[in-house]
Amino acid sequence: MSQMAVQEAPSAAAPKADAPVRIGVKNLDFYYGGFHALKDVNMNFGDREVTALIGPSGCGKSTLLRIFNRIYSLYPEQRATGEVMLDGRNILSPNIDINELRARIGMVFQKPTPFPMSIYDNCAFGMRLYEKLSKSELDDRVEQALRKAALWDEVKDKLKQSGMGLSGGQQQRMCIARTIAQQPDVILFDEPTSALDPISTGKIEELIEQLRADFTIVIVTHNMQQAARISQYTAFMYLGELIEFGPTTKIFMNPDQKRTLDYVTGRFG
Amino acid sequence: MTDASLTGSTPSAGPQPQIKWGRVRQSRRVQDKILRVTATGATALSVFVLFWILGMLLWKGGQGISLDLFTKITPGPGTAGGGLLNAIVGSIVLTFLGIAIATPIGVMAGTYLAEYGRGSKLAEVVRFINDILLSAPSILIGLFVYVILVMPFRGYSGWAGSVALAIIALPVIVRTTEDMLRLVPNGLREAAAALGAPTSVVIRQVCWRAAKAGIVTGILLALARIAGETAPLLFTALNNSFWFNWNLTGGISNLPVTIYAFASAPYDNWQQLAWAGALLITGAILFLSIAARALINRK
Repeated sequence: MSQMAVQEAPSAAAPKADAPVRIGVKNLDFYYGGFHALKDVNMNFGDREVTALIGPSGCGKSTLLRIFNRIYSLYPEQRATGEVMLDGRNILSPNIDINELRARIGMVFQKPTPFPMSIYDNCAFGMRLYEKLSKSELDDRVEQALRKAALWDEVKDKLKQSGMGLSGGQQQRMCIARTIAQQPDVILFDEPTSALDPISTGKIEELIEQLRADFTIVIVTHNMQQAARISQYTAFMYLGELIEFGPTTKIFMNPDQKRTLDYVTGRFG
Repeated sequence: MTDASLTGSTPSAGPQPQIKWGRVRQSRRVQDKILRVTATGATALSVFVLFWILGMLLWKGGQGISLDLFTKITPGPGTAGGGLLNAIVGSIVLTFLGIAIATPIGVMAGTYLAEYGRGSKLAEVVRFINDILLSAPSILIGLFVYVILVMPFRGYSGWAGSVALAIIALPVIVRTTEDMLRLVPNGLREAAAALGAPTSVVIRQVCWRAAKAGIVTGILLALARIAGETAPLLFTALNNSFWFNWNLTGGISNLPVTIYAFASAPYDNWQQLAWAGALLITGAILFLSIAARALINRK
């Protein structure tokens, strides 16, 4: 990574004047067994904005992302303390219905994760869990989701074929379609393009820009140009702490903290 | 090696290094030869024994293959002719009943070990016991079923035979189910959970589906394993020489025990039937193994 990050001005749309807060994080700490991975994180994620989480490996950005849909709860030795408010409810509270929460907060992973079933069934998987839909409604929603994910034209004639047979980039777009088909409020992206070639990456970045109209998006990325291109807000994290958080333009052009500047200019990390 | 070889920037530049021929000691060559001959010889010996068995089986058993084999029941002592029909049908019924008992229990237990019981002490203990059961002598299992199902009901029965076979198949199915589920990448479980799927849905719709070919292969291998078992049936299903009927509360004729009894009998036609029966079982096991292998490769 070089000076480029600074010279190349963020090209994404500017943040909306004052987007309402969608996710509010207060005094958040996270532990992997005895390891203290997140330390007193406080930040707010704006409604229908793209927020990028950047920082060197092991800084806790994926950990933070994995708190928002409580996916960490699959592993008994991991725990979070503090407060994460989503639409007025603390999602860390024990009486939250985790599966309902996960249906409202979609997640796209680093490696494409096609289920061993047809493309259609992959896309319908989430909808079939909690919604009673007729066949034609289901067909409609699958088509819409695939169109939004810019995959419809490539797969419309082979919806019954296995999702495993698609290319890596197509699989990842299918996973995005699967997520948006469920019509969540928030979509979490965990390095969604790090396993993809540049062309697929470009398609997915375009897609994220469009999704911003309907969804609140949080994306973890190692690629700083990517963060600059697609996000309105950027958070820089280091060793489990939130170092700096603000509009992407400011973080990349004129950060307050020296460590942020050093990182975005490639002097360490 | 001379210094010259290090100075040239390309191999062709400068004088070529001098390589002395004949530096490898004679004893080194001899050692190499000895190892090669022993390894090849051992392989040849084991393959030879295998082919000897198969060859003899084909030769002697092949002579007994006729239409009668599949259409007539086992002959009484001193009766000419006869076939193996009742034994073949009995074996198929016992084997499939055994698999039908073992499959649901085995798949569920394997699922517990791989999914719900991950990292728990109980799962570790169960896995250990299962491994012991996997290598338990089959005669021991026959005796066990004899004590719990034959003695209390005062009689050999097809049910007891199926249970004994099920107990032999069970650890094989548990083990392969667990192994195959462990091969399912964790990312798939996370992805399904991230869509809001409860654990039961993740397992049924994603993990089982992803591991399906492997699990079915395990069941086929278990089927092959119990198809030829003799010892557990001696104590449980025993045998009879009547036409097969669906009443499994009495002794049931089956191929392995029939072979065991006929091979040591003084009648030529019985011995001939024993050979033919052995050939049938071997063919069936071969077929199952090939089917299992084909399934794995197709994945």
